[in-house]
Parts: sequence; structure tokens; C-alpha cells
Amino acid sequence: MAVSKRTLDELAISEREYEAIVERLGREPNQLELGMFGSLWSEHCGYKHSKPLLRMLAVDSPRQLVGPGEENAGVVDIGDGLAIVMKIESHNHPSAIEPYQGAATGVGGIVRDIFAMGARPIALLNSLRFGPLTEQRNRRLFGGVVAGISGYGNCIGIPDVGGEISFSPSYSENPLVNAMCVGVVERDRLVRATTGGPGNLLMLVGADTGRDGIHGASGLASRTFEDERELRPTVQVGNPFLEKILIEACLEVAGTDHIAGIQDLGAAGLASACVEAAENGGCGMELDVSLVPRREAGMSPYEVMLSESQERMLVLVKVGHEEEVKRIFDRWGLESNVIGRATGDGIARIYEGDTLKGELPVGLLTDAPLYRLKGVRPDWLDATEAYDLEGVPLPSQSPSSVLLRLLASPNVASKESVFRQYDHQVQTDTVTGPGADAAVLRIKGVSKGIALTTDGNGRYCHLAPYVGGMIAVAEACRNLSSAGAEPIALTDCLNFGNPERADVYYQMEECIKGIAQASKALGAPVVSGNVSLYNETRGAAVYPTAVIGALGLFEDVTRHATPAFREAGDLVLLLGAEEVRGDAASMAGAEYLELVHGLVAGVPSIDLDREQAVQRACRRAVTEGVVKSAHDCSEGGLAVALAECCIAGGLGFRGTFPISGRWDAALFGEDQSRIVVSVSPEYRARLEGICREEGAGWALLGEVGGDSLSVAGHLEVTVREMAEAWHGGLERQAAGQAG
Amino acid sequence: MKFGIVVFPGTWSDMDCYHVVTDVFDQPAEYVWHQETDLSAYDCVILPGGFSYGDYLRPGAIARFSPVMRAVERFADRGGLVLGICNGFQVLCEAGLLPGVLMRNVHQQYRCQWVHMRVESSSSPFSRAAAPGQVVRIPIGHGEGSYYADSSTLAELERGDRVLFRYCSEDGEVNDAANPNGSLGNIAGITSSAGNVLGMMPHPERCCEALVGGEDGKAIFESLLRSVVV
Repeated sequence: MAVSKRTLDELAISEREYEAIVERLGREPNQLELGMFGSLWSEHCGYKHSKPLLRMLAVDSPRQLVGPGEENAGVVDIGDGLAIVMKIESHNHPSAIEPYQGAATGVGGIVRDIFAMGARPIALLNSLRFGPLTEQRNRRLFGGVVAGISGYGNCIGIPDVGGEISFSPSYSENPLVNAMCVGVVERDRLVRATTGGPGNLLMLVGADTGRDGIHGASGLASRTFEDERELRPTVQVGNPFLEKILIEACLEVAGTDHIAGIQDLGAAGLASACVEAAENGGCGMELDVSLVPRREAGMSPYEVMLSESQERMLVLVKVGHEEEVKRIFDRWGLESNVIGRATGDGIARIYEGDTLKGELPVGLLTDAPLYRLKGVRPDWLDATEAYDLEGVPLPSQSPSSVLLRLLASPNVASKESVFRQYDHQVQTDTVTGPGADAAVLRIKGVSKGIALTTDGNGRYCHLAPYVGGMIAVAEACRNLSSAGAEPIALTDCLNFGNPERADVYYQMEECIKGIAQASKALGAPVVSGNVSLYNETRGAAVYPTAVIGALGLFEDVTRHATPAFREAGDLVLLLGAEEVRGDAASMAGAEYLELVHGLVAGVPSIDLDREQAVQRACRRAVTEGVVKSAHDCSEGGLAVALAECCIAGGLGFRGTFPISGRWDAALFGEDQSRIVVSVSPEYRARLEGICREEGAGWALLGEVGGDSLSVAGHLEVTVREMAEAWHGGLERQAAGQAG
Repeated sequence: MKFGIVVFPGTWSDMDCYHVVTDVFDQPAEYVWHQETDLSAYDCVILPGGFSYGDYLRPGAIARFSPVMRAVERFADRGGLVLGICNGFQVLCEAGLLPGVLMRNVHQQYRCQWVHMRVESSSSPFSRAAAPGQVVRIPIGHGEGSYYADSSTLAELERGDRVLFRYCSEDGEVNDAANPNGSLGNIAGITSSAGNVLGMMPHPERCCEALVGGEDGKAIFESLLRSVVV
């Protein structure tokens, strides 16, 4: 073998893969060629461990215009000639090393995926996971990531409308930073990442190319890292001003007929952008690295091809139209250079001036080996599954104290102190901003609107990966249905450990199965996604964390709901259950169980038929104007859901419902498929009629009113006390004060 | 009434302003590219929010040198109405059309939230549709909105009734708790000595429709429409 083990390790190519390259190529690759294999065959670009599993997600849906893995992002038809483009992506590893720039460039990258398709980005969401804020190191990561999202996102004029933030010791060394972007495009102006036919030109637009981020795809995102210091140079630095200009200029270009396609430069830079565009166009391509504007002198072809310098786009220009396109970029003050062209022979050729530096078949570069491993169920599941939740003692604290403690815990507490650092109103379409179950946006010019959310619960997936996958989808869709929107598409970000470990592979396989199952049951296809593997440090994997980004559609956006109680005297009902029962089983994986008892145990469960029924009933109740508010029951259970409705509305609640079984499980258990709604008394019968027709159970809980949350014999807490605990909980911990 | 909406590279409230002017108020509007030099076609010029030229160095510090700003100066000198919102306010201060400077928020963070501001006078072309003392609920979205000027400038502003808007509580009380960024005197918006140039940090274009949270911002645009005899 002509290369050292060390070189292969740096590129994350196995010896077996190297042998396959030599065999299929019929010769040894040179350094540049090997680097291109390393990037395109990386987990990040080639999905070699995940692709066989992700095939389980494929479904036929009439709305789906572009499905997972086909393009930069997924696309769904929403009627009126419009389509929504959406994707979620991780930037976990860069954020662990350099939180500000890691998070900032994560936003930049996902936004480029959206406008590359000709869509105007209209919303950002972020799903974040950190270790406990009681540790200084985690506070630094948390502060840096939030500042990075704020610093970059606010500058580019896209509202950041929501997402979630949660904390667990599992993420201490390895935060999860997932960014989602959503865009809107006229259906027939959708742009693809293709060269089109031979002869079309490869035009590189935007920032100069530097040495930053080389091996980002193969190194950072495709293996476990031990010493973060050695990897610092592979984290890129973002320039949001340039990104904003790129958005406007590329959208202007996309509106013309001068181009065949647009491709963003993400992981593995030019190498992957050019090769993928050529593959999509059924072409080969040739380019001259000496035509690529550099940030520094003396860069080798290898460095130019693999650089991950930010804010660059590849525009595939129809031959003969380069002057018109260049004029648009010139007007925006952007550098643009033709660096190569599509060819007819299926070969990627890299030149430096007249010298041929590398020559590889496009089809070979994009045909990464796929691994279907055999997962093995982790042993420790025996203990968590067998754990006797009945034997958990009732807490010594009163139910009211437990509620206040939960409300102040960082996972449940208000995230307002973070969201107010993100501009969530620019573009003037934000109907419901961050903090509710789902964000709601209108679409100017039509009566339609969309709802957006992200959801995921690593603890559930850790305890039961298959069910956890189902619950992630169900909760995301429930968030949308609570707002009144019909779930129509999903995008998933799968954050796992090292897939070469049998137990991690098992988690991944089961979790994806669960997502596929729930996605089919709830009628919302997964249209795009991203897999982030090797999330572990020093041998400990993060909780398997499937984050689901979900899109819902309103035919009439004025018919939407929020969690806030609206008027004293309104009745409060629980949809999805006929009574409030305290089953120990509902404490499985619950926030309460970990916070109060220090336990992560049990087996979470969900019934998808019940889930569908409650969501249908809630959507009808909202769109028919029957209910005045709706709020999903999730972390913290029924008591926390009621408290949040009270705090948001500044109104109390008088509960009259009986509790059977354990009071802690009844109030704080996380039984799925439940939504709290309020309704004026004269509409109660209509609401019950809807529930009956849709097959959803319901129970009367009490009525809105007074200035405290009271449940006879159990809870008595003023709205003011709850608001204080809930509003200040996260800020106190972020400032380093004890929770 | 014809509006010109200035677009610098990095501006992002341009489309929001355009939408409000054309769709909510049914008035003609055009975008004005930062390299243009003739504003004679317009009755009112809006400098919208955003991060012009990336706001590198200092917000508005680079934008003030763009060709369109010389045209804005001439336009203002001739009495044309100029409305600078957020970054537009910063640019107007940098260009010397308004006194003072917008500094980094005292808490060092960007703030996007609803605030209240009190209309201090209704004799301005930007506020004549409002009552003096009227409280307006309006969003802010900025990291550098802490208004500062030396004491003599402040005194001059006060004497000339040029402090048009102040951050206040929901019931109109001007106090520290209602000040979202540390501005001196809770200043949210000021006018030029001639009164035809307004700079304000809050975003009136973000609150002209009930569906997106409120309509209080309409008062400013309605005032403008009343100011021009067509």
C-alpha cells in the first residue's frame, strides 16, 4: 500500500476502503484523489452507515416534491403554486470545539441549503442540548452557542422563530446544535443542484477560499475526537453579511433563466459540490483550481478542493449566459468566477493551470460503500426496563413544591432569555413567535399559513429507542396540531454515537424504525434530514437523540391557537384521556423522575391510534373555532401544562377532577397523546361532539379563573409564584446560580 | 404619497417597509439602491433596518459614505421627509443628519421584544395622527440601540421638543424598568431641528397588522400620509 495508516486515519478511510478504491480505480489514487474519496465517502457526505437505515423512511406522499437525500433540502407542495423547502442539520462537533463560530456557521450552512433551491428562507429554528449549567464548561458552551446563533442569524434577516433547549449530563462533553431552516418558493421556480447538460459552466460565487475547515467532513464529523485542541483549525469562521448578500444575489439569479442549477458549498467544499452537481446532471466535470480566488498564498490543489471556507456557492450557469449572471453578482459586490464546466464523459478532472492533478469517475466518488451492521441490544436496557416504578417512594415535598421545582428546572423553565436574543419578527410574518408549542407564520398574498416546531427527547430514545423515535414524531406533530395546523412534512436530525459500536447501531436502527412507523401513521413524510454520528467523547455516547423538525399547514392562518388561557369561566378539558390516572408507568423517562428522584428508568410508551385521534380532534376544534386555547402535555406532565397555560394567560385555574392512583404520576407523569384545551361553556357540547366523531377521549378538568392553579386536595400555587419560578429558572442557572 | 425605500447591502427591513406602505396603506413605493443619487421622485424616504455593509466598524459607519446618503442629505435639506428605522437611525446619526450615537445595549445582548413607547408630541409630521402622551406597543430588534448624546445636545433636543418617542411602561410611565437598552432619557426616537427627519430604534413596520401582533405602528405611517398635501 502506498499510503500510511496515519494518512488513512486522518481521512477516516479504512484499509478495506482503500483497497476497494485501488481495485475499482485500477491504480493507486494520488494525494488529491484520496482526499476527495475521504470527503465524499465520509459519513457526513456518503452516509455509509446510515443510508441503508434511512431507506426505511421513504414514503410516497402526494405533497412531496423532493424527498430525503435527493437534493440540498426536502420540498413539499402547499398548493396555490407554492412549495416549502425545509431541512435540519447538525453542527455538533464544531460547536463543541468553538461554540460561537460552530453555531454561527451551522446557521449559515443550513440557510444556504434552502436558498440553493431558489427558495427565500423565511424561518430558522434551533434544537439545542447541553450538559447541566451547574458546570462552568457547559455554561460557556451554552453562552457561546446562543451568542453565535444570535450574532449570525440576526444579521441575515431571517426570523428565528423557535426550537427547543434542554439539558442532561449525557451532553456534557458533546452539545447537540441542530439548526433548521424553512423557505418558500414558487413551485415552478424550484432550482436543483445540477450541472444540467455538458458545456454548462461552474461559477464559484462569494468568499475567497482559505485553508479553514479542511477535513471538516471526514475528520470532525466522521469520527470520535479526543483532543479538541488539535482540531481547532478545522472550525470555520462565518461572515453573516456576506451570507445576506449571497441570499439576495442568488435569489435574483434563481429568478432568471440563465442557470441550470445552484449548489451550496458545505462539507468537503468544492470537491463535493462539483461532484454532486455533476452526478445529478448525469455529467462529468472539469475545473481549474488556479481560477479559484484564494485567501492565502501557496494553497495546494488538495487544499483548494477540500477547503470548507464559508459563504460560497456554486452556480451552474447555462453556457453563453455567464455575462448576464456575472452582472447580477457584480451589482451585489460579489466575487464570481467561472472555474470549470460540465463535461459529457462522467469523469471529474481537476487541473492546476494546464496540469492535470486528479482524474476520477464521478460515479465512483458518489458510490460510497454502505455498511449494514448488526445491532445488538445494549445490556443496560435490562435494568432500566425492569426497574420497578411502583416502588419509587412518593416525594416528601408537597405537590405544589414539586410543581414549582419543575417549573424552575432548566428543561421546563421559560427559554425567553434566549429567544429574545434572536430576531423572530423580521419579515413581518410571525403570527406566533417562540415559546408556544409551535411557531406560526403567515404567507403573504395567500390565506394559508404554516406552523413549525422541533421536538426530540433523548431520554426516551435512551430508554426505548423504537418508542422514542415514535414519540419524537408524535410530539412534533402534536405541537402542530395544538396550534391547529395539519402536519404535512418532517425533517430529521439523528444524533448518535459511534455507529461502529453494536449497541449504538442498535439504537439508530430502532429509532429510525420508530420514526418511520409514526411518520406513516400520522401522514407526515420525512422529506429531508441529516445524520450526526460519533457524538461521544472518551467512550461515552450521548443519549441517542432523534430531533424532528415538523411543518404544519393552515388553510386559514387566522384560525390558530396558542397555549394561553383567555377568559375566566372558560372550561378546561383534557383531550386524549378519559380520566387523570396516576399510573407509575407514565413516569417512565419523565422529567419529574430524573429531577426529583435522580432516576432515568422505565419504558416510555405510545399508542399511535390514540395519538392520531387526539390530533385530529384538536385540529378540528381549533380550525372550527370551538376552543380558545390548546397546549400539548409534554415534559413535566399535566400539572406543568396547566401551569404554562395559566402563566401565558395570566389567569388561574380551578381543578375539579378526581385523581386515581399515585398523585405524582397523575400530575407529573408523561402519558403521551394528551392536549389541554379551554372552551367557553356554550361550546362544550360541540367540542365533545368532535371528540366523539374523531374517536378521541376527553375529560373535564375544571375552569379558568382566580389567581392560582388549584387542584382540590393537591395543588394550590399562585400564578405569580409559578411565573416567577418559570421565568427566572433558566437565567438563574445560566448565571451560575444554583437552581 | 410616494415612498423611496433605501437598500444598502445588508439591509433587511426593506421588504417589510415596502409591504406595509404598499399593501397596508396602498401607497406607491420603490426600492432605492445605495448607489443611486436622485431622490426627487419621492415624498418620503425610508432608511430601513438591517446590518448595512455588515455594520462592520460601527453600525452605519460605512453606509454614511454611500452615494445615496449624499442624496438623502440634499433631500432632507429641501424639507423631504426622512424616516430612519433601527439601522436607518444609526446611519442618520453617523451621517450627521441627527445628533448623538447609538451604542451597544447596556446588557451587551441583542433584544427582540415588544416594548412600549410614549409619543411626546403630536406636532411632528411623524406623530400628528397620535395623541400627545399616547402609549404605543411596538417591537424592537437591535443590539446597538442605546442612545447617547452629550448633555448640551440632550438639553437642545428637549428644548426643541425633538425627543419624539420614549420607552415607557404599559401605562406610560418613563422609568428604568421600561428602558430596554440603556438609552439616555429613555429615548427611542428623535427628530432633526427642522423636524422633517426622524430616527427611531423600534420597528413601526412590524406592528401594522393585527395578525402579526398589533397595529400601533400605523399611527406613524398615518401621520406621514396626513403630512403631505397631494
